[in-house]
Amino acid sequence: MHEDINQASVATTVSRRSFVEGAAGLIFAFTLGAVGRVPHALGAAQAARINAWVTIGTDGTVTILCPAAEMGQGVMTSLPLILAEELDADWSKVKAEFAPANPKVYGNPHEVFKGAQITAASVSVPGYFTPLRVAGAQARRVLIDSVANEWKVPASELSTDKGFVVHGKSGRRISYGDVAKFATVPAELPNISDADLKKPAQFKLIGRKDIGRIDVPSKVNGSAKYGIDVQIPDMVYASVLEAPVEGAKVEVLNMGDVAKIKGVTKVIPLPFGVAVIGESVEATRAGRNALKVKWDTTGAAAANTDSDKAKEEYARHGKDPDAKTMVEYEVGDAAQALTSAAKVLEATYWSEYCYHAQMEPMNSVAKVSEDGQSAEIWTGTQFGALAANIIAGILKTTPDKIKINQQMLGGGYGRRIWPDAAIQATILSNITKKPVKLILTREDDLAAARPRPMTHHVLKAGLDANGNLVGWYHRLVSENVDAVAAPPRFQATGGKDYIGARGLDQAFYGIRNVRAEYVRETRGMRVHAWRGIGSGYNKFAAECFVDEVANAVGKDPLALRLELTKDQPRAQAVIKAVAEMSDFKRKRPGRGMGIAFSDYHGTLSAGVAEVSVDRSTGKIKVHNYWVAVDPGLVIQPDHVHGQLESAVVYGLSAALLEELTVKGGAIQQTNFNDYLVLRMSDLPEIHTRIVATDNPPTGMGEIGVVAVAPAIANALFQLTGKRIRNLPMSPDRMKRALA
Amino acid sequence: MTAVAFTINGKAVSVETEPDTALLWVVREHLKLTGTKYGCGSGLCGACTVHIDGTAVRSCQTQMSSVGGKKVTTIEGLSPNSSHPLQKAWIAEQVPQCGYCQSGQIMQAAELLAKTKKPTRKQIVAHMDGNICRCGTYPRIVRAVERAAREA
Repeated sequence: MHEDINQASVATTVSRRSFVEGAAGLIFAFTLGAVGRVPHALGAAQAARINAWVTIGTDGTVTILCPAAEMGQGVMTSLPLILAEELDADWSKVKAEFAPANPKVYGNPHEVFKGAQITAASVSVPGYFTPLRVAGAQARRVLIDSVANEWKVPASELSTDKGFVVHGKSGRRISYGDVAKFATVPAELPNISDADLKKPAQFKLIGRKDIGRIDVPSKVNGSAKYGIDVQIPDMVYASVLEAPVEGAKVEVLNMGDVAKIKGVTKVIPLPFGVAVIGESVEATRAGRNALKVKWDTTGAAAANTDSDKAKEEYARHGKDPDAKTMVEYEVGDAAQALTSAAKVLEATYWSEYCYHAQMEPMNSVAKVSEDGQSAEIWTGTQFGALAANIIAGILKTTPDKIKINQQMLGGGYGRRIWPDAAIQATILSNITKKPVKLILTREDDLAAARPRPMTHHVLKAGLDANGNLVGWYHRLVSENVDAVAAPPRFQATGGKDYIGARGLDQAFYGIRNVRAEYVRETRGMRVHAWRGIGSGYNKFAAECFVDEVANAVGKDPLALRLELTKDQPRAQAVIKAVAEMSDFKRKRPGRGMGIAFSDYHGTLSAGVAEVSVDRSTGKIKVHNYWVAVDPGLVIQPDHVHGQLESAVVYGLSAALLEELTVKGGAIQQTNFNDYLVLRMSDLPEIHTRIVATDNPPTGMGEIGVVAVAPAIANALFQLTGKRIRNLPMSPDRMKRALA
Repeated sequence: MTAVAFTINGKAVSVETEPDTALLWVVREHLKLTGTKYGCGSGLCGACTVHIDGTAVRSCQTQMSSVGGKKVTTIEGLSPNSSHPLQKAWIAEQVPQCGYCQSGQIMQAAELLAKTKKPTRKQIVAHMDGNICRCGTYPRIVRAVERAAREA
């Protein structure tokens, strides 16, 4: 399937300094907003509002900076590919490097982030698509103009062909590398309009199945560099016994035998935990394990949080008519529609706290300068600019004095938005006056988890006398993720929760009266964005409840969805595609079939699960999972399939296994023995299909997660007549449902 | 501290460590072969898998006291130029996403193919079930092992 994978090279640890000093050839700087602003020669490249750089070396190497983090979602290939397409570059000569953390230059203009340089929410490709195309087209134009000037021919007679400028009349050709030897960047870059950009039919790189990911070769031989792999001269190691609850203080610190451990040099109690500094990883880990700490949690916000006990209160707040609510989505008058409905259905749903379980535990190397006024950080982060801001605040300096050296991320899924390891390493470097490499143990990574919140849902559906769905009500009861993870947005929206409330809307179903509201719980947990964010649990509840409606009115779940989306052709297309792929209506003995639909930040998808249950153990087996997706224009088809497979596995794991429990604010799970994630033996056959349209590209990192859990629950209902309304659908819960 | 002499990727080395130090940290931090990864420290995830005398082991669970005189192979030593059939298959099937677990996956799979030339799907799953891939590249891992078995 990939006989002809093109292996472009990759450099992952190039600092900006070496990039600039080592560059021979042309460097273009492009201004934000795309067109025709003042270009900058290399020496003046520090000017503000530059948004993308491409360098063409005299050897023909085209170096394109990637402004987003590479965590497996493929942006290190897809973003440079977009620029290279308009540049008409020879892909085998393209190198990708991480751009520095500098949102003024490299921020994502997508409406979700409005210029912040953060890699999240599946909006890297959609956000950077147009700026990168324009940057590529401008670079191409500059090359053409330079050749026109050199050869004394009209620019209109010149074209480009895979890394060459070509003069058709004379047949002369010159490589981009050779053009770089004489080319000059004009004072004012040429204007690029829509008409100057390629039409999809002209694409030579976008949409190619045979172009592999640029980082893959380095990930089969151990050479890819992650944060945990960084070593710098004179560094010391650190392990931190993380406080079990944010805000807990050390009450009693029993050093045990720490002093006897060779290689341990310091033990430092800090507000976030107790740090052990030493000469080796093994010494600091042994030191960390030898510590006996009694924690005082009286001042901790989560001190009284207990996930089991909290459930009663969440359920009460779910039904409390006087609870303070925030409206997250509203059309028509749902209250009126429910009051006048011939029949009202009601159900409650749950989901538990979940852990990202990224395979690379949180870590960072930090080197604070002797005067404590600047720092250099090596880490894999989804939000380097946030790390620079926070660390600047800690050191009482400015963000420009904090240099973030981006590394590969050993899994992100939202966990690496918050740069806690970089912050802790910086504090330790500032205290020890040495470069510090901090690696959390898996146990500490769990103790310091930033989980998907526990959620409770109350849903009501109003049906008219003919069984038509005329009103929809969804109340989410949960901690507010924005309040923890995005405080400025939380403030700006008057206390809404963008992250937690995604998926509460019903934008694709033609229901005339909908109200989705949100009741905030304050439990002190560090709730965070988790792959698929709110859609992961909100669509679980909503898509299961759609099936409850179908069952109540005697309709087929597929037919009801097609009816509800009759004015949404793109939604219809993915639903029909997955129904056809799975042969949805065919009954399988001993198996159940369930369907679900979802959108996520503009991408549309539908999934079908085929399941069976072991009635003695309650274990659910998913045999097949079919998924169809419409992400608009497809940049890298093979990788779209890869992202779907990945997201389906992530979704299956959350649907069937994943659960954090909390007592006294402390997470009770410690490692992969008690926090179970999906392994290969539970893998179904996954069948993916792209339903491409010519809409602008939308993201692929998360959409595949969303439909998995409701499709499974809906399949279980078809099979057993029992509805599971809790995530995860663990064997215990399934057994109880069957009892 | 004692000196432990062993062979790594064909090269003789001697490392001063405590006897109970995990091979993982010696490989990664002392010998700077960082392709072998730390995932759980408890033998639960497989990210740290290396070969000792041809057998796949979890290097986080292997104490240095047991390594003396042994032949250790890490991902860096599997082939000199990514030419092992599994590495070629991993690229052809575009397996890695974040990539963090993949050294361990490949080393685990290499043991299987060394002992079972044409493994069945069932044998592949049974052999690989201790290696977690949080990016969910399992379908492609299966395809890549099958491809490597076919093309080796």
